[in-house]
Formats: sequence, C-alpha cells, structure tokens
Amino acid sequence: MKPPEVVVLSGKGGTGKTSVAAAFASLARRPVIVDCDVDAPDMHLILRPEPLSHAPFVSGHEAVIDPALCGRCGRCAAVCRFGAIVRPRSREEPWRVDAMLCEGCGACELACARGAIRMNEAQRGAWMRSDTRFGPLIHAEMAPGAENSGKLVALLRRHAAEVAEDTAAEIILCDGPPGIGCPTIATMTGADHVVFVAEPTESGLHDLERVAELAARFRLPGSLFINKADLSAERTLRAERFAADRGLALLGKADYDTAFTRAQMRGLTITENGSGPAAAALREAWSRLTRALAQRRRTPPALRVL
Amino acid sequence: MSKHEPVQLLDCDVEAPNAHLFLGPKIRQRVPVAVTVPRVDEEACTHCGECAQACRFNAIASLPNATVVYDELCHSCGVCAAVCPSGAIAEVKREIGVVEIGEAGEIGFVRGTLNVGEARSSPVIAAVKSYADRSCTILLDAPPGTSCPVVQTLRGCDLALLVTEPTPFGLHDLKLAVETVRALGLPLAVVVNRDGLGDDRVDAYCRAQNIPIWARIPHDRAIAEACARGERAVETSDALQSAVEQLGHRILEMEETAR
Repeated sequence: MKPPEVVVLSGKGGTGKTSVAAAFASLARRPVIVDCDVDAPDMHLILRPEPLSHAPFVSGHEAVIDPALCGRCGRCAAVCRFGAIVRPRSREEPWRVDAMLCEGCGACELACARGAIRMNEAQRGAWMRSDTRFGPLIHAEMAPGAENSGKLVALLRRHAAEVAEDTAAEIILCDGPPGIGCPTIATMTGADHVVFVAEPTESGLHDLERVAELAARFRLPGSLFINKADLSAERTLRAERFAADRGLALLGKADYDTAFTRAQMRGLTITENGSGPAAAALREAWSRLTRALAQRRRTPPALRVL
Repeated sequence: MSKHEPVQLLDCDVEAPNAHLFLGPKIRQRVPVAVTVPRVDEEACTHCGECAQACRFNAIASLPNATVVYDELCHSCGVCAAVCPSGAIAEVKREIGVVEIGEAGEIGFVRGTLNVGEARSSPVIAAVKSYADRSCTILLDAPPGTSCPVVQTLRGCDLALLVTEPTPFGLHDLKLAVETVRALGLPLAVVVNRDGLGDDRVDAYCRAQNIPIWARIPHDRAIAEACARGERAVETSDALQSAVEQLGHRILEMEETAR
C-alpha cells in the first residue's frame, strides 16, 4: 500500500517551506523525499544527496524548420499562436523557431506545404534518484526557461511512489513549488495531506488564502505551520482563525529566527543543527502532523470531513 | 522613482499578486482574461478521432459516441479545429483570470490575477503586459522560478533586476535565474536583500560572473515587521530608503544611456 503522501506548500516563496520540509524529513521514519519545486530546487542543499541514477526528462515537442526544404511562404508563422516562428530580416537568413516560445503543438508542421517542419522530442532537463542520510530523494533539474514543469513534477511523484513501495517507506514528503499554477496543481493531485507554511504578513496571508482554496478544491485535508510568528501578533491570530475556519490542523509556530539561516549555512536541518525554540517548534509540529495523519487513517472515509 | 519621472508598475506574479497590498491602488477598470478552447458540435461530429490524434496535449478524448475536451489541458493552439474534416470544432472563450488597471498616486498600476484552479498563468501575464505604457519607466514584479511564467514576464524587457539573499538557497536560486536571464540575452543586475544575514558567497559569485550589485538592503527586523503590516518599508528604514533611491538612479541612468 502506498504510504501517505504529504506535500509542503506556501503559495509564496521565502516562507521557510523547504526548511520545514527538510526538518520533517529528518524526523520521519523511513521517508521518501521529493523536491517538487523543480524551478528552483533547494532541498539538496540541506540533504546533500549521493546520486544513484540520472535520466533525461523528455517531454513534449519542439518544431524545427529545415532550411533546405523551406519555401519561405510564412504559413507557419500565420498559424502559430505563440509567436514562436522568427521571421528572417533578410533573404539570406533562414526562417526559424524560437524554442523558448514553441509549445510543441504541431500547427506549423500541419500548415507547411513542403514538409519542411519536423517536431522533435524536447529535452527539458533531468531527474535524479539519490540517497540521503534520511532516505531516498527524488529530484530534478530543469533547463532554464523550460516548459512542462507540471509534467516533471508528476513524473517525480510517480517514481517516488515506486521507490516508496520498494523500500517499504512509511511516508512520502514533497517540498512543493510556490504559486498556484501548473506545478502546484501537479504536486497536489492525488496527495493525501498538505502542510501550509505561512508568514503572518499581509502578502503571506493573501497567498495562503489562494493556495488553501486550491487545496480545498482537491478536497485535500491540510494543516498550518506559521513561521516568523512574532513579526505580527495580529496577523498570526488571523492566520490561526483562518486555519480554524478552514478545518486546518494547527501544527504550531516559530518566531523570526536566524536558526533557519544558520542551519542552511551548514547544510543541516534546523532540528539537526540545534535545540533552540525553532527546532523545538518543528519537533512539536511533526508529532502533531503524525497524530493527524494516524487519526485520519483510523477514521472511516464516510466520516471524513474537509 | 515616480518623484523623477512617470512610472508604471505591472504585477506579473499572477499566481500570487501582492503589489496592491503595498500600494493600495484605485482600480478603475477590470478586464477578464480568456483563452480559447474547442467546443465540439455533436451533430456535425463523425467521431473520426482526428482531433484527439492531432492534439499534443492530450486535451481531447475521442470515444465512439462522444468527443470529450479537457479544458485545463488545452493550450489554445487551434490544431484540433484545423484538422477536423467535418468542421465540427468551434473555438470559444474561457475565462482564466482578470487584469485590473488603475493608479496608486502618481504610479500607474496594472495587476493580473489567475483564477484559483487554473494551471496556465502565461496568458494572464501576456494580458497584463499588453497594458504597458511605453511613455513611462515600466517596473514588472515577476513571479518566482525559472519556467514559462518567468520567461513570459522577462521577454521584451531591458533589464532584469534579480533580488537575492546571501544564503545557500539565495545563491542557488540566483544562479538559476541568471542562467534563464542570460538565455534570453537580457542585461542583469543584482540586489542583495537581508545583507549581512549569511555569508559572502553571493558577492564572490557576482564578481566572478561580472554581475553588478546595484544595491544592498540590510538584514533588519524592522523592515520585516513593516512588510508584515503591508507598509512601504522605506518609511521605516533609512538604509532601505537610500538603497531604493540608489536603485532608482541606476535605472534612470541606464535609460539615459539607452537614449
């Protein structure tokens, strides 16, 4: 049976999401860890993985114009809705495709009367399986400016589920991307629980509301950890009320603390790097989270509420 | 900067737009952002399956008695309508977000918001950018990351200002951002936020890469508290005030040179 899959999200970058996810990884029993923030993955800076395997991430297509066959009619440019066909500025220059704009739909290939356009498979990056001191890590590197980050996230999570089964893992922990778009949706789809890490700031609360609304559409149960709580007592209270209204379990809070940066500088999780208040808050948060997950497993599905 | 010349702010972080919280703009126009998706006329459809076969995004399933479109997967490329031999596919508009236009004092303000549940933010960003007023200095607040929404924001800009922190995460994400900006061929400069918090590896990297550091904002709890309250933190910290002024001058200088 697949173990519970917990994703850590924030809506906004810089809230301490990766630090919280890494601390959970160090406290979990037999976890599989996934870095779903494929745009800007940082988990490896703390987990310092030993790579086991490395595979290209091939997804979607890219149009390529063969200048030898091109009749320079411009039909491709007329049908392309992404402005990806670059018109030559002189007769000597060939017609070409801007790979960063091409979405790989194939409209140009269909429109070309001379068969001068080929759709090539596109390599958008690589994904890796690695070993860490806490367990297997599934992570990726995207080519700069690449498309299809949602598909890459889905691929990482599929492999994580396989690894979890092979290693009899007890939990899958995903560090999620910021925002609410395609990679975040790909991270949430089919997960079992979402932990929101939020700051008690005007923007942090605004972003939390949006990402929590997205999770509610997936009927995904969730919980909240408040970071930098002492920046604003009033907004911390608002975040706590929001959690209560939405049925999110409150995992706890940590104050504005350089412990986060100090641990990061040493490539350690906060709970490995010391026993100050931030480490204590994260240990408490982890035990609350495991209790919430266990309770949920015991509750018959018919009685589960959002 | 608006003290010196007209400025317009475009909030392109449409998944998590926040600039309005700091600027409190008066919005005078709201324009929905729509993309096109196919609608199949079941009377005309012969269920031949050509559309489903041609769609590279798996957004259409052709069943023996029905053709099903998955709107969220559609990229609005129009291939399905182009290949349909019975002319059974029309393209209709589907709303995925909104653009709001207004002013915050002297500053022109445009923000885009992606509807919750929608996956593609690029069309909303493109819509925000279509309101750019070329007679102003245009500042774009970009989304995080390095993929399509960032590329959509950066395209056509004259400078990418990368804000980072002097920490391992900050440095790593900065390197990825630099690669993306360079792939687009744009000039770039760095702002070090929370300066003094971590170490000097961001400085060393910028020196080695020949990237200018245009300003440093000190690591100061008072700034974080002002931001938490949704205030303009320049009013709290003299050091921040002078860093921002310095940045403004650099940008104006760059514009002068370009002219």
